Amino acid sequence: MEALKTLKPKIEVRNLNFYYGKYHALRSINLTMPEKKVTAFIGPSGCGKSTLLRTMNCMYALYPNQKAVGEILIDEENILDGKRDLNSLRAKIGMVFQKPTPFPMSIYDNIAFGVKLHEKLGRGDMDDRVEWALKKAALWDEVKDKLKQSGNSLSGGQQQRLCIARGIAVKPEVLLLDEPASALDPISTARIEELITELKEDYTIVIVTHNMQQAARVSDFTAYLYLGELIEFGETTSIFTTPKQKATEDYITGRFG
Amino acid sequence: MTKLNTASREKFQAFLDLAFKLTTRFFAFAVLALLAGIIIELFIGAMPSIKAFGWKFFTSTDWDPVNVKFGSVIQVYGTLVTSLIALLIGIPVSFGVALYLTELSPKWLKRPLGIAIELLAGIPSIIYGMWGLFVFAPHLADHFQPWLIDHLGPIPGIGMLFQGAPMGIGMLTAGIILGIMIIPFIASVMRDVFEIVPPTLKESAYAVGCTTWEVVWNVVLPYTKIGVVGGIMLGLGRALGETMAVTFVIGNAQNFSYSLLDPGSSIASTLANEFNEAYGDVYTSALIELGLIMFVITFVVLALSKLLLFQLGKREGEKT
Repeated sequence: MEALKTLKPKIEVRNLNFYYGKYHALRSINLTMPEKKVTAFIGPSGCGKSTLLRTMNCMYALYPNQKAVGEILIDEENILDGKRDLNSLRAKIGMVFQKPTPFPMSIYDNIAFGVKLHEKLGRGDMDDRVEWALKKAALWDEVKDKLKQSGNSLSGGQQQRLCIARGIAVKPEVLLLDEPASALDPISTARIEELITELKEDYTIVIVTHNMQQAARVSDFTAYLYLGELIEFGETTSIFTTPKQKATEDYITGRFG
Repeated sequence: MTKLNTASREKFQAFLDLAFKLTTRFFAFAVLALLAGIIIELFIGAMPSIKAFGWKFFTSTDWDPVNVKFGSVIQVYGTLVTSLIALLIGIPVSFGVALYLTELSPKWLKRPLGIAIELLAGIPSIIYGMWGLFVFAPHLADHFQPWLIDHLGPIPGIGMLFQGAPMGIGMLTAGIILGIMIIPFIASVMRDVFEIVPPTLKESAYAVGCTTWEVVWNVVLPYTKIGVVGGIMLGLGRALGETMAVTFVIGNAQNFSYSLLDPGSSIASTLANEFNEAYGDVYTSALIELGLIMFVITFVVLALSKLLLFQLGKREGEKT
């Protein structure tokens, strides 16, 4: 935890409780995610890791029976107090889902769509932005000759990188990845993991994953959640080599979960 | 023994599969045969009229049983105009209803509202017709039509659509009633297709910072375009063919006028009014030819909707 204190915090979760209707899904979560690092959430299914991720861009607010109580500070500003405009907040926080979700439009428009919502760019600038995002997502070489084609015509792995490109095209500061590689083959997974490592130079990344090797490979910090509680949080190397909690050790060594 | 059994069982199952395939194929082709039968029958029935008037049937505004001179312009104009008015009213309202039900409405309100809309579809058309004639048309004549005549009538061009006396009944009234009648159809289809949009697709649009409107317009509508166009076609089909309600309020005048406020006729209302009393081969046959034209209109509308979908698909990027 020593390293954590010296780093600049980007997202701070303070005493967060989350409810689906009456169900208490997250219990008093406290967590600080440093800037330009990768933080991984691990834990068995239903432990609340995706829920925690979805509070960070207020995605839960779309559903009337879901409620978050507590504070989430992004750059020291609370996003849960309802004072922030959710659309501009979400532009600052990109999100990629478990299954690729290309919009029903061309590859080019998939990227340009989000940018158009927040910025007025000329044709040339937009072309540059699309190219930049696709290059960042390591997809440019594969699609540069077919930008007019439907986003649905790509393979699953390419679609997922398209979604990542779409997320970074808006130039967010934080990227939330909800099991981004769980529906992909090993090669596509490896590409996504490489991508995460490259992207962390510019972005604060939070990733939810079922795959512990993946968490160990890509993340700098790891949080282990179980039944809605944060069991342990710390540097990935120490979590995976010398966990302080018995429960964490059981989970990562595969004796449980 | 057991080996033999499985072999005969496999044979039996293969037979069942085949029988199933043939039965379903029979049903599918039966529909086709029925369609062909209706077209042929209409053609045969319309033959005396086709022989008597030829292409002039499509350009003539005559509808004169006494002198046996018939043309279809009045009825085709009435049918198309009332259906167009119905769509102009029905589509935006249905879209709003479906949008509210799927994206904005609180959960407890969704079901009662949805059921109310489906109930609206169950009201017999004669009720709409009577309501239109006794309640709606007088109201329109007193309050809405004078305003239209005063304000839109003098405008060159569209002004000719708003001439005449505010009588209440007429093509505009029929169009509005039809619009109300098709709302439940279009709205419930739209709601159903909006509901199948994967939540993560919508969430990813929200995640790049879309407002609800932007999500619906840019993601939900393109994703569901086939269903939405299908729903509109369902409504249009009903508007084109609706007989009873239209017959009540359209005025049933066989005089041609561009004005929406004047009484007119649609194909369906003419058939309903006159088929029983038609005398002579040519008169009857002219009515049947109207029916044939209705068939063609429906066919063209369907073809156009396919074309529209094709064009929309192109905008989304080529498929490989």
